[in-house]
Amino acid sequence: MHELSLMSQLLADATAAAEGAPIHALKVRVGPLSGVVPEALRFAFESLIPGTPAANARLDLEETPLRFHCLRCHADYATPLGLYNCPQCGATDSELRGGNELELISIEVPDHV
Amino acid sequence: MCDTCGCGDPHLHPHDHAHDHAHDHTHHHEHGHGHSHDHVHDHAHGHAHPPARTIEVQKPALALNQRYADQNRGWFRAKGLTVFNLLSSPGSGKTTLLEHTLRAVPGCAAVVGDLQTENDANRLRATGAPAVQITTGATCHLDAHMVAHALPKLNLDGVTRLFIENVGNLVCPASYDLGENRRVVLLSVTEGEDKPQKYPVIFHNADLVLITKCDLAEAVGFDRDKALTIIRQVAPRAQILEVSARTGQGMAEWQAWLSS
Ligand SMILES: Nc1nc2c(ncn2[C@@H]2O[C@H](COP(=O)(O)OP(=O)(O)O)[C@@H](O)[C@H]2O)c(=O)[nH]1
Ligand SMILES: [Mg+2]
Ligand SMILES: [Zn+2]
Ligand SMILES: [Zn+2]
Repeated sequence: MHELSLMSQLLADATAAAEGAPIHALKVRVGPLSGVVPEALRFAFESLIPGTPAANARLDLEETPLRFHCLRCHADYATPLGLYNCPQCGATDSELRGGNELELISIEVPDHV
Repeated sequence: MCDTCGCGDPHLHPHDHAHDHAHDHTHHHEHGHGHSHDHVHDHAHGHAHPPARTIEVQKPALALNQRYADQNRGWFRAKGLTVFNLLSSPGSGKTTLLEHTLRAVPGCAAVVGDLQTENDANRLRATGAPAVQITTGATCHLDAHMVAHALPKLNLDGVTRLFIENVGNLVCPASYDLGENRRVVLLSVTEGEDKPQKYPVIFHNADLVLITKCDLAEAVGFDRDKALTIIRQVAPRAQILEVSARTGQGMAEWQAWLSS
């Protein structure tokens, strides 16, 4: 349900950016803290594209890591979901620097239309 | 997200601006960077794929929700309201906690989301405080647009704290900013200590984690130390309070937190 409505938003944004051209590919960035499951996004994509300008499009998912910056020792680190402590000094109050994205980065359309 | 609610209120509907923005963005890019696009499929193996060009978009899927959320936040500020978004599984005790809170603390109001029925709003109105129900139908979370529509239905005279009880769900509501000031995530002792590990996204942004139904802790063999350790791991910035609406345990601390 959730992924369906988000994917239909991404497809609407892609269609608007394509300005009538058929869409060859969508590049979507998705982070672990976005709350969205990549497989569910793919499933939503496949079920939504028939009959749209993206009917034959490829979905390129760029899965970003969860990244933090430690406010105590200034280490930058990537970590799995649910484990946020700084691996260097153990601090728990690190600042989120990436991993909550869900965005349409770009689309590919035919070169000459 | 609702594109066609038909209310036509321009203050509630910044759709056009959002679309203009997306359009402008693409347009600028095409002119600004003319021929520098990657010819992604123009490579050596020489068959089938027509040449393609890339159009940069860079638009979050929740851009529209974010606009409504920012608008709500501005509206809350103008009205002098502090707003709390309450999140949990179904049955963790959100409505019961609010019943107690609305009775005990003057100047409170509530918006409550459920898939169906006015039951929770009726329970909350019985406290004498203003409350309005949002029935989401099939949607498993509240979004900022639904909240924007519910706000005019509340009489907010003398109200300084607004509680938004989200749809019972530990997944989707995490992604939707409603314009709240603070996020409260409830975990009842009957749900299992490791639930926060299974749903880390919703706990990550919590300002407060409330362990509810503590009167049942012994009966269900709740492992308090394990729960606290796990919560601190997935919600490193959150304060943690242990409460029971049944016995009143922790209610004073909860009320103190509301004004902190
Ligand atoms: N024993 C006990 N039961 C509670 C407590 N708080 C709520 N409940 C019960 O838990 C059930 C679900 O509560 P409710 O407030 O409707 O949960 P919600 O779905 O999160 O709004 C109801 O039967 C409540 O009576 C509590 O502190 N102790
Ligand atoms: Mg409820
Ligand atoms: Zn949802
Ligand atoms: Zn560190």
